[in-house]
Amino acid sequence: MTNLLAARSQMAMSLAFHIIFAVIGVALPLMMVIAEGAWLRTGDPVYKVLARRWSKGAAILFAVGAVSGTVLSFELGLLWPGFMKFAGSIIGMPFSLEGFAFFTEAIFLGIYLYGWDKVSPTVHWLSGLMVAVSGAASGALVVLANAWMNTPVGFTLIDGKIDPTSIDPVRALFSPAAAAEAIHMTLASYAATGFLASGIHAYWLLRERTNPFHRKGLAIALVVGGVAAILQPMSGDYAAKVVAKTQPAKLAAMEGQFQTERRAPLRIGGIPDVDAGVTRYAVEIPAGLSILAYGDPDAEVKGLNDFPSIDRPEVRVVHPAFQIMVACGMAMMGLAAWGAFSAWRQKAVPDGRLFLRLLLLASPLGMIAIEAGWVVTEVGRQPWIINGVLRTSEAVTPVDGLWASMLVYSGLYLFLGAIVARLLLGQFRHGPTLDELARDRGLIE
Amino acid sequence: MTLALAVSLVMLAALTIYALFGGADYGGGVWDLLAMGPRAKAQRDLISHAIGPVWEANHVWLILVVVILFTAFPGAFFVVMTRLHLPMSLMLVGIVLRGSAFTFRTYDMTPGADRRWNHRFSIPSAITPVLLGSMIGSIATGKLEAAGSSTLWLTPFPIAVGALTLALFAYLAAVYLTVEADEPVLADDFRHRAILSSVVAGLLAYLVYRLAEGEAPLILQGLRHSPWGWPIRVTTAILALAVLGCLGWRKYALARVGAMLQVVLVIVGCGLALNPYLVPPLRTIENSAAPTITLRLMLGALASGSLILFPSLYLLFRVFKIRPRPWKQGNPEAVGIDNASGSR
Repeated sequence: MTNLLAARSQMAMSLAFHIIFAVIGVALPLMMVIAEGAWLRTGDPVYKVLARRWSKGAAILFAVGAVSGTVLSFELGLLWPGFMKFAGSIIGMPFSLEGFAFFTEAIFLGIYLYGWDKVSPTVHWLSGLMVAVSGAASGALVVLANAWMNTPVGFTLIDGKIDPTSIDPVRALFSPAAAAEAIHMTLASYAATGFLASGIHAYWLLRERTNPFHRKGLAIALVVGGVAAILQPMSGDYAAKVVAKTQPAKLAAMEGQFQTERRAPLRIGGIPDVDAGVTRYAVEIPAGLSILAYGDPDAEVKGLNDFPSIDRPEVRVVHPAFQIMVACGMAMMGLAAWGAFSAWRQKAVPDGRLFLRLLLLASPLGMIAIEAGWVVTEVGRQPWIINGVLRTSEAVTPVDGLWASMLVYSGLYLFLGAIVARLLLGQFRHGPTLDELARDRGLIE
Repeated sequence: MTLALAVSLVMLAALTIYALFGGADYGGGVWDLLAMGPRAKAQRDLISHAIGPVWEANHVWLILVVVILFTAFPGAFFVVMTRLHLPMSLMLVGIVLRGSAFTFRTYDMTPGADRRWNHRFSIPSAITPVLLGSMIGSIATGKLEAAGSSTLWLTPFPIAVGALTLALFAYLAAVYLTVEADEPVLADDFRHRAILSSVVAGLLAYLVYRLAEGEAPLILQGLRHSPWGWPIRVTTAILALAVLGCLGWRKYALARVGAMLQVVLVIVGCGLALNPYLVPPLRTIENSAAPTITLRLMLGALASGSLILFPSLYLLFRVFKIRPRPWKQGNPEAVGIDNASGSR
């Protein structure tokens, strides 16, 4: 295994692991705040039980997210010191701001988790709100740094080196891909977490249809996840248009487009054959890609063949990953629309058995879409670490034997993942049954 | 004062606060590992109770240090991250295990959870500070960029600095826990531990000082020639004795203030000794600094971030450390309504 491959594998594995916790850390606090707010307004204790149960999950997930995020901030230097030396002074800005957002998140999460009986209900609710807001902010700020790697601005190069007098970190913060990536990722967090939680509550409702804990849980999770899932395709369309304009090689890889052509078709599915230079077995919608990417059926889409071979991303990874992301997103949008329609018809939480079963099946789709989406973003940017400016191979650390550190971290994350899964399942296995809820009520009233 | 110096002072301040608060959380892990006697469980419970609400916030100071380093001093960051790759990676494994095991211990309801998680929390808590200290010690030798420096962190001087770091963290934790214990016998347990770790830290500090003559001459000269060098050392020593006195008289709150000041002075002394270098002998604060605009924006971001950070931190510590008084005593809700359903 080459050092570059080991470094890329370790980074990919660290990101793939961390993103799940980061995403839940963004969205779960919002759900807790909604539940606790409903308790404060209605006085229905089931909402309080719900907020407390979710907050226990949040405590475990946030801790693992915090430490795995710390690993990532060091890995930027441990694996990619050439990148940080080159870019640190330009994109340190979003990371410093993220540091403060992370601070606020950690501080108010401490108050939220441990302060149920130490601060007034209003202060407690506001603490939860701070966690939700700063979680979303810190996620968006990190994504801004990634957006800059895709669409680097705010400096000029002289002989391949940055001219120190030309640096503009504020401009770098708002790079061309900034809005597209930040909106797409924030919505993805709400959609994925909302669907994950919906699936779990749906599972319990299939067993205990009238359990108010799971009904209310499903309602909140479905609203958070469903609204985001319905908005997401629009933000995806915008993001794809930005990619078309700023990273044509990535667009070609996403779509499996080898030939440069007008009236380029939109390919659904298909297997890219790199040697032959075609994508086989795809369902093709004539001129679909030209319309989606540029709003004009006659627009020309540049194909991979017209990029130098050393500048092409790995289409055999990017195209399938993109298809998986879109497919998951479409399924979630469809299910969300169905849920919204039947909620409007019934004026109640949609609880048809088929709907609940589908929700259960759909619960991991958001997370799958996020992992696939990051594969598209990151592999689609290769061979560059900073698009068009610095190659990934130039940024990797000169330290030898990276495969060992890759193996250690892989083992560590596998171990942590297994423990978290076991603990969370334990939390849900002990989820309150109808009898227990009745007892909880008796305790209060 | 130059912009680069100002940013480096903020970085030193963040590192100091990390040591005072995050460091004490590691120290808590050390005392968890060494919990013994009839009150071992009570000691562990007190430590969990003290760390629980604050450790994640305390941990962020370390991230702030790293972010300032790579944004404002990319050249120095490059050297540290390539030359200290192995100890840095090991420290991260320690950070991950410590934090996650602590949380798992809190939320694992299955039988035998404590037995399963105690050591996975406490052993990394004891090892991580040694690695942190040994990296700082390696930097101080001035040999980091020399050939064959990959095992530098395992030589006596860096290891001694690592041991001193661990002793100081354990000392801070023990002193804090005397204040937070609500039973006098438990406070006495940690009083003894505080006195013991103060003596150990003093001996290790002397060892580091003696080893520095041969291993880190540049830094030692910096400390000796600085006009602040000897006043800081004398004040630190007086504070150490004063804290021992406070502990002897069971003036715990006063001892806490003294111990914090003592550790602040130790770190500020190290910072002064290192000045004007970040990674001696090649990387100074000035020659590894980012362009002016980055430094200016960095200071702006730090200042505006502080406006939110410090009031929030004040609230956190007021709620859990200064006045740990339940909101509305006797309120049945304060007991936690889902206790009845089988969880903690």
